[in-house]
Amino acid sequence: MNAIIVSTLLGVIMMFVSWMTTSTRIQKNIGLVGMLLLIAANFLQQKGWWVINFDTKGMLAFNQIGLFANMLLFILTFLYVWINGDEIGKIGNHTADFFAIFFFILCGVSILTSFDNLLMLFIGIEILSIPLYILTGSDKKNLLSNEASLKYFLMGSFSTGVLLLGITLIYGATGSFHLAMPIVNPKTHLVNENFLMSAGLILLFVSMNFKVSAAPFHFWTPDVYDGAPTVFTSFMATIVKAAGFIAFIRVFEAQRIALGYTWPIILSFVIVATLLVGNITAVFQRSVKRMLAYSSIAQAGFMLFALYGNSIFNTEAILLYIVAYSLATIGLFAVLVKMKDYSFDSYNGLAKKHPALAFVTTLFLFSLAGIPLTAGFFAKYYMLNALLTAGAGLWLLIVAILFAAVSVFYYFRLIQAMYFISGEPAINELDKTYELKLWVIAVLIIIMGVFPGFMFNYLYF
Amino acid sequence: MPIQYYIFFCLTLFSIGVIGVLTRRNAIIVFMCIELMLNAVNLLLVAFSKMYHGAALQLAPQSTAGIDAQIFVFFIMVVAAAEVSVGLAIIVMMFRNTHSIDINFLNRLKN
Repeated sequence: MNAIIVSTLLGVIMMFVSWMTTSTRIQKNIGLVGMLLLIAANFLQQKGWWVINFDTKGMLAFNQIGLFANMLLFILTFLYVWINGDEIGKIGNHTADFFAIFFFILCGVSILTSFDNLLMLFIGIEILSIPLYILTGSDKKNLLSNEASLKYFLMGSFSTGVLLLGITLIYGATGSFHLAMPIVNPKTHLVNENFLMSAGLILLFVSMNFKVSAAPFHFWTPDVYDGAPTVFTSFMATIVKAAGFIAFIRVFEAQRIALGYTWPIILSFVIVATLLVGNITAVFQRSVKRMLAYSSIAQAGFMLFALYGNSIFNTEAILLYIVAYSLATIGLFAVLVKMKDYSFDSYNGLAKKHPALAFVTTLFLFSLAGIPLTAGFFAKYYMLNALLTAGAGLWLLIVAILFAAVSVFYYFRLIQAMYFISGEPAINELDKTYELKLWVIAVLIIIMGVFPGFMFNYLYF
Repeated sequence: MPIQYYIFFCLTLFSIGVIGVLTRRNAIIVFMCIELMLNAVNLLLVAFSKMYHGAALQLAPQSTAGIDAQIFVFFIMVVAAAEVSVGLAIIVMMFRNTHSIDINFLNRLKN
């Protein structure tokens, strides 16, 4: 509750800030202080102190895991703004408006981590998506940005329509919007195997897959990620996608029972399709930005494993995966932003000119590929462990590992370009503090890779 | 009237919207078709609400069962309005740059 209220207030304040001062630096610093306030407010709620405490009538349910997910996403957003703040200032004329949009998106995030009613799911998704359409199109003179924004908007509202039809059919079958209540028929004590219920759940599943860009509903992702300004692609591919996954898991934790034995079949199909499309297509990309877009589809395939079971392992796995994936992706995009063009060739010879930069980029790529000693390794390990605990077939695990091996191929192409191909890297000049910020992310990735339990100690004690 | 009629009618409306989104090339018309989808859902929600409310009234005259769906309809309307404002702004922005609202223009990213 604290996070929802404080983020909305901060969003409104940032809108006024853009009117009070024109200095990008001041606006950025106010935004950063706001992020810290938001983190503090959420922390206070974890400790049991509420700004306002009222009965939401079962609309929202706050539990420690949801609050912890909030915390992780807010800290990631803070890191993201801290690193990319100057780049955000270069887009458009009103930097503070972008920070206002970030706060509104974070409001949507905090609803998505705590909803207990399909109405709040719908509202959370909309609060998350509508500002994103604006962010995607924020480079107003650039045709690619326009195109990405219109495409994202049309497809996003289409999937909202599908989501709403799904919710309505579920309501028609059960007479309630609550997440947990209506699955078992109170008279017969049997699972409601109703046609409307199944159809509604399938539509809901399709729509949520669209939001997290899982195949076969991923078509918008490469175009939108490619067309959006690079700093905002970084935000969309990490924090927003992570929030989508948390919402996805929250919906289907309880509702999956109604789908019975078909649930693992549908889910396995989507997982295999996502891994296949994401990894295989990423191999053939020539632009690093587009490669990262496809890699985010492939990583979404891995994150979908968390939907397989219902235990604490799944929650732990998805939280760790979100952090590992987001840190590495934010870092890679932060390097990419400084490039003059986004082809693989522009990385040629980077190790000669900027050895430190090449080293941290390598570390981020290691983490995405899941090499030991980086966060990505334990994220993948926890995820596969959760999959086996949930009773999935061994074949799915083998498929996952095979595709992880494929992903190494296209990640290492970048490393090869940096270290083994000589050339002049097409990079804008960097200052020392920017490199320092990237080192902070690299150190975080190493810490998470050596002590993954560190994060969960905080969750349980 | 039995609820099945409402379901089939609303699903037909929804399908018309889907077909429109998939086949039309004008951004505004695609947009209108999306609105048609949302409104089909609204109608269905109201029908379900009436169904549950009527059933609950026969058991208890003071019952408020089924009201939540009508509240949902208001939320859908509000969100649809918010989407319209952003969507039209995006379409206007594109029109300024390309002087067209044809979706076939949207193929620069597919290289």
